[in-house]
Amino acid sequence: MTGTFTLDGREIAFEPGQTVMQAALAAGVFVPHLCYHPEFRPHGSCKLCTMKINGRPATSCTMPAVAGMEVESDTAEINDKRRMLVQMLLVEGNHFCPSCEMSGNCKLQALGYTLGVMTPHFTHFFPDRPVDASHPEMLLDFNRCILCELCIRASAEVDKKNVFALSGRGMKKHLVVNAESGRLADTDFAATDKAAEVCPVGVILKKRRGFAVPIGKRTYDIKPINEQAERFKPVAPTVREKA
Amino acid sequence: MNAPAKKLRVATTSLAGCFGCHMSFLDIDERILKLVELVEFDRSPITDIKHCGPCDLGLVEGGVCNAENVHVLREFRANCKILVAVGACAVNGGLPAQRNHLDLRDILEEVYETEGGLARGSKIPNDPELPLPLDKVHPIHEVVKIDYFLPGCPPPADAIWKFLTDLIAGRTPVMGHGLLHYD
Ligand code: SF4
Ligand code: SF4
Ligand code: FES
Repeated sequence: MTGTFTLDGREIAFEPGQTVMQAALAAGVFVPHLCYHPEFRPHGSCKLCTMKINGRPATSCTMPAVAGMEVESDTAEINDKRRMLVQMLLVEGNHFCPSCEMSGNCKLQALGYTLGVMTPHFTHFFPDRPVDASHPEMLLDFNRCILCELCIRASAEVDKKNVFALSGRGMKKHLVVNAESGRLADTDFAATDKAAEVCPVGVILKKRRGFAVPIGKRTYDIKPINEQAERFKPVAPTVREKA
Repeated sequence: MNAPAKKLRVATTSLAGCFGCHMSFLDIDERILKLVELVEFDRSPITDIKHCGPCDLGLVEGGVCNAENVHVLREFRANCKILVAVGACAVNGGLPAQRNHLDLRDILEEVYETEGGLARGSKIPNDPELPLPLDKVHPIHEVVKIDYFLPGCPPPADAIWKFLTDLIAGRTPVMGHGLLHYD
């Protein structure tokens, strides 16, 4: 179906097969997201992209666009909920931005800024999540994992290696490495893998590369994430399927 | 900005922090002359007043890592109409909270007894004057109610200035791009 829908009162055109989020991003409207990546099929797990579609909350990254929909996104009510999601993610892991190599390039942090998250609000879990520094080129800092599964999808679908998986349920769910030892060094993971570049936060890091870009010049120092919608524009479905 | 009829009374303290937020505060440079027309300082490292009296505003740097921090924080809450968490450590425990997944005794033993380079016979300090460490470092909102939060490690001087001038003028402080950051 093609046609238009309204997003916060603005007319948005869409192409056949596009989701609400893809159409919005293609039109230059930023949509908060963490588990979405333009090159991968939508996952619908982080809920940051939730909008009110014809009055009902739905994840815009999975919702197909339909002509005539009335969609609300950038409202006080929805942004309140998004802020709370960011706060819950912050207390669930160990996010010490001043010592994080991803700081300034991190989507979770950037969303915290544009949504105005001034405090984590909730009680911190301070979980114990040892890092995996076994691999000669890559470091895994599980403290910052938000379980978006992008690395899992990239490793399985693009790299065809299946290096990552989730294990455990509910509160105990966590990212694991598919090796008997559980160590990254004992997999065929390589720094050139797609899975090495998709993490939206600071978990999968190239060694000896940290803090290469000075403060003030990093991705979200230059412009806030909500003014960089073009970076997340959808790619053609064929590219996506190949990915 | 017009000076208020009566100067606002402000207290500041550093708990489990590094004084970096206070240094950043002083980085407002000559604007401090403007500030002292609007505020006067109560308990603060700037005045060396040891206990906090009734205040309009309390600025707290650092999280809570020992028993004394808890007492000071409660004294601030009891005396300050508005209490602000200033900086990453007050907001989320900050780098000191990176010890939270380690056992406190193990840390103390390693630092004071087993690490190389210590004088022979070194022991974990046990003077009754020393405040007892807590087993975990906590952000201050987990101990008392906090009215405002100003993240940053440290928050830039411009953010502190914007925050204070907004608040003194009776506006809800709003930090735009570049002023709100977590690092
Ligand atoms: S992953 Fe992002 S939010 Fe977490 S510590 Fe790093 S920069 Fe901060
Ligand atoms: S490591 Fe990164 S990409 Fe993988 S699930 Fe965690 S947050 Fe997502
Ligand atoms: S981006 Fe839609 S649920 Fe994560």
